[in-house]
Amino acid sequence: MKRAGFANYWLPILLLLPQLTIIAVFFYWPAFNAVQSSFYLQDPFGFGSQFVGFENYADLFASKEYAKVARFTLLFTLLVTATSLATALLLAVKADKVLRGARTYKTLLMWVYAVAPPVAGLMGVMLFDQNIGSVTDLFAWFGYDYRLGVNYWDTAFAMIIVSVWIQIPVNFIFFLSGLQSIPQHVREAAMIDNPSGFGRFWQITFPLLAPTAFFLLIINITYALFDTFGIIDTLVKNNPASNPMTLVYKVFVDGFRGNDMGGSSAQSVVLMVLVLALTIFQFRLLERRIHYT
Amino acid sequence: MTDTTSTTPRAKKRFRWSAVFDHSILILGSLFMLLPVFLALTTSSHDNVEIQREGLKFWFGSDIDENFGNAMFEKGGFTKTVTGMTMLMNSFILGIGFAIGKIILSMMAAYAIVYFRFRFATFAFWMIFTTILLPLEVRILPSYEVIQSIGLTNSYTGLIVPLLASATGTFFFRQFFLSVPEELVEAARIDGAGPVKFFIDILVPLSQTMIAAIFIIMFVYGWNQYLWPTLITTDEGLFTLVRGIRQIIQAYAEGSEIPEYGQAMALALIAMLPPVAIVIFFQSWFVKGLVESDK
Repeated sequence: MKRAGFANYWLPILLLLPQLTIIAVFFYWPAFNAVQSSFYLQDPFGFGSQFVGFENYADLFASKEYAKVARFTLLFTLLVTATSLATALLLAVKADKVLRGARTYKTLLMWVYAVAPPVAGLMGVMLFDQNIGSVTDLFAWFGYDYRLGVNYWDTAFAMIIVSVWIQIPVNFIFFLSGLQSIPQHVREAAMIDNPSGFGRFWQITFPLLAPTAFFLLIINITYALFDTFGIIDTLVKNNPASNPMTLVYKVFVDGFRGNDMGGSSAQSVVLMVLVLALTIFQFRLLERRIHYT
Repeated sequence: MTDTTSTTPRAKKRFRWSAVFDHSILILGSLFMLLPVFLALTTSSHDNVEIQREGLKFWFGSDIDENFGNAMFEKGGFTKTVTGMTMLMNSFILGIGFAIGKIILSMMAAYAIVYFRFRFATFAFWMIFTTILLPLEVRILPSYEVIQSIGLTNSYTGLIVPLLASATGTFFFRQFFLSVPEELVEAARIDGAGPVKFFIDILVPLSQTMIAAIFIIMFVYGWNQYLWPTLITTDEGLFTLVRGIRQIIQAYAEGSEIPEYGQAMALALIAMLPPVAIVIFFQSWFVKGLVESDK
């Protein structure tokens, strides 16, 4: 808040009212409903509901299928985050270094930010298609029979590649802006101290980028958990049957297909706790964030 | 004449292998980003039977007008009433409506939080702040039920307004307002400007670049929405392009006849063109907004 703020009584409330109303109706009400219905067992035909306490949670944690989805989500998140961060970092370091065409490379490497995940998913469906897919042809050339939507790990592979493709631009933009904010005198001093490019990167540039990297780590985990929904939904072509899926996708499948309101709500609450943990982690990091310049 | 090249070593035409290596990596990276879309473009210029027989195409064919024409103007879907044009218009309504709504709501809220001394300031801030804990994807089922009980399914209001229930824009403007020098508001008060006048005549003009940046980010976000439109709109007249992708996938999965590959690719390209164009043309604003908003 500003020191010299206005001391009006009604105006701030009036200014906040639209935002708070929308949040109350479309955020707090459904969030409250989710928590509430996670303690109830709904009749699938709509004939009332019964309070069951923590039974939905107990069922969830005892479920083998849920454990399998959770394991896949963990692996998926790890691979997408690590691959897209590493690729983007490499590209940002090179784009920061080259003298010619830096602007062109920057544009070429960031425009995919604007492509919607399901649109990328549709292109993935075509590229990895059993009949017409070019990637499938490439696999066949190496003697591997790639089958999207049939083989569990083949589908997982396509999901990871498409998710990484979409996520590289954001990471690239942040890494590049992080690199470009390293002052010239620091760079020159580093050049004198450590003429080897590789050593210089790990000893000087990378530690300077660490705050950006930590921040991006959280962003990427959140992305892999929640924003990949469109990619997964398109790649499994509406048919999750034997395909891998993430926790968020399962909330949707159980809630809308399986009509399991209580179970789906309990999953929502579990994810809520997960996001809460991530947010607290992020703030602890931000507090300790070191500024070198 | 002295040797000028020695003072500017960069201008020296010296062949360096490391530069070749750097450029190779950047070119490979750029190709990885470009190739899928290039393939979509080339494939969209071919006949479906040909694609079915020979796979995705690496060069242009002759059916580009036909596929794009069909994607845009042919009536498709179950009811045979919507064209690509309808979906394009709906996408613009969602993208622009969401971006403008977000900017207005969050500027007002951030102004109240930063520039006013009132009792509920902290409470209001935390109420808005808490929304980042629960993305729409997580509370999707209860959100859908709320919209249904208010009777907002299949309406633009039901499509746009629930998406506005988040904190992102408010944080962005709060951060920016906090960086505006304190002297400005002091000077305005000495000159007798009230809160409304200060907001409209000083703060809004000062925020122009920020508004543009957030508009781009929010437009792309709104345009690219998928799950929410999928649930809220069952009436095809309200489908957006990205929502239309789901119909294509469904038709593709049922797959009794040869899928309309070319047309599907054409629609995918149309669905990505406006947001991609905005991000490329207003690159510097977009990058500034992105890097500063998320910190």
